[in-house]
Amino acid sequence: MTSSPLIRALDRSAVTFILVLVAIGVIVPLLNLALPPSSPWHVPTYLVALWGKYVCYALLALSIDLIWGYCGILSLGHGAFFALGGYAMGMYLMRQIGTRGVYADPIRPDFMVFLNWPELPVYWYGFQHFAYAALMVLLVPGLLAFVFGWFAFRSRVTGVYLSIITQALTYALMLGFFRNNFGFGGNNGLTDFKDILGFNVQAQPTRAALFAISVAALILGFLICRTIVASKLGMVLISIRDAESRTRFLGYRVENYKLFVFTLSACMAGVAGALYVPQVGIINPSEFAPGNSIEAVIWVAVGGRGTLIGAVLGAAVVNYGKTTFTSGLLAPYWLFVLGSLFVLVTLLLPRGIVGTVRHYRGAWRERRNAAHGRGAQAAPKPAE
Amino acid sequence: MDARTTSALLYLDAVSVSFDGFKALNDLSLTVEAGEMRAIIGPNGAGKTTMMDVITGKTRPDKGDVYFDGSHDLTSLDETQIAELGIGRKFQKPTVFEMHTVEDNLRLALKDDRTARATLAWRETAAEQARIGEILGVIRLGPVRRRVAGSLSHGQKQWLEIGMLLAQDPKLLLVDEPVAGLTDVETHQTAELLREIARVKTVVVVEHDMTFVRELGVKVTCLHEGSVLAEGTIDQVSANERVVEVYLGR
Repeated sequence: MTSSPLIRALDRSAVTFILVLVAIGVIVPLLNLALPPSSPWHVPTYLVALWGKYVCYALLALSIDLIWGYCGILSLGHGAFFALGGYAMGMYLMRQIGTRGVYADPIRPDFMVFLNWPELPVYWYGFQHFAYAALMVLLVPGLLAFVFGWFAFRSRVTGVYLSIITQALTYALMLGFFRNNFGFGGNNGLTDFKDILGFNVQAQPTRAALFAISVAALILGFLICRTIVASKLGMVLISIRDAESRTRFLGYRVENYKLFVFTLSACMAGVAGALYVPQVGIINPSEFAPGNSIEAVIWVAVGGRGTLIGAVLGAAVVNYGKTTFTSGLLAPYWLFVLGSLFVLVTLLLPRGIVGTVRHYRGAWRERRNAAHGRGAQAAPKPAE
Repeated sequence: MDARTTSALLYLDAVSVSFDGFKALNDLSLTVEAGEMRAIIGPNGAGKTTMMDVITGKTRPDKGDVYFDGSHDLTSLDETQIAELGIGRKFQKPTVFEMHTVEDNLRLALKDDRTARATLAWRETAAEQARIGEILGVIRLGPVRRRVAGSLSHGQKQWLEIGMLLAQDPKLLLVDEPVAGLTDVETHQTAELLREIARVKTVVVVEHDMTFVRELGVKVTCLHEGSVLAEGTIDQVSANERVVEVYLGR
């Protein structure tokens, strides 16, 4: 217990998980780039992009698990932070199009020319620089979360009320972004991207690199979350989740703790959105749809909240299911599947996949220790 | 800080609280001296828990003054600030962090920097470890230190919460019904524990159990309908006609 927070964060399952992610991040792009399409081991580029999308979703799920699984803040509007990060990246990509657009305007994106806007709005300034856009990817969702959280947590809005306000937040943003005069391309959103940092977004190597970068971002996000939950700060978060007023009476400033993780989580969601946009090639207001945020919460519930690894796994499993289902005969029934999945997991598997595995493994270990007479310290019976 | 206005550690003057017209506290005045242990008794609805809520900042009084240590106006502070001043509270229903181990519960309660930044970089010191061991000895939970608190018995949870109070190292301990639901042996042990704590701390105990209060052997305040009905030794108070009337019904 006296080791540094980072060392404490890296227990065996965390290290294994990171190694698996590293392997995926290296092998998938290699199988795509190094092998000829004729090889049975070749991973086609469309799959790299699809899996890259899952990785971004996994990062979003991780950000939700940090606040929901560990601090009890159920945000049903995390898609908003994801989409804002995505828009920041989209704005950079739009500015890179330059004269290659339909209207060949060097400064204004096509939709502005189409709407007869004489010049670039001020809030689009600076987005031609990648560094500035990257900063905005963190800053815009982070700032919104900070302001939102500052008011919500200080007024002690919790539980279902907080969830409802987060829904309203993302819904309001969706309505705003749908409007043409909002300046973000209205319902078409931002699309038709050409380059990112001078590389063609459509090109095979760019796609492979984006995949690897997304995996790297996921690993970094996982490390940050693990460090937090394994520290004393993580212990306080769990205390807030389980007995908020008790934590307050112990002298902890609950609202500051919530604000910290909520803002951090929004920044992570923003990064996920920013990596998502170049891989799918479009960002539009439907990303703000309340349903998206709820779906992301389902990923976490399925994988197991409060486990981090479960969030990543849940995002991958549910989205794989979605891809499979929505492309066949069963396509019209996907929402029924998703809905029943949520109901069934809540009823039958309340700990989620990873939570259930850990629970039974823990119980098994305890039994084994008891059988070997080593349980004296781990599980003595109550005195009375 | 303002100049000291009273020598008492805890000073309540004419405090009133009403909920939808119901007067939970009605002109309640009470002082507790530093180093004192005080037992508060009273029938249900007498305002005992509301009084605790007012002292710890959970409820704001409609009128009246509440001063701690002579200079801190508790009515203008929130729960966290009051906890930082050195007032610790044990709840009526034992509230421990069920998912954390016994040790971690104490670790979280230990007096320390409570900011998010400090907890992120936190490393346990040998002194902290020793202090936890010490408290575990006092509350007799050493053998179960690595168990999650949720799996403890009711009595063990009561003690763990008292241990958390000790770890906070407050000047004033507010203990709400520490022996509710305990066996006779546990009740006796709890009285012993509280007497031991009272040697170095100021303690206010709210309790129904008369045998327990008698065992504590301290000054008793009886509340009724939100104000003080009687004050004195347990024998004086229990001989008071009004008190008998209130307890047995008129």
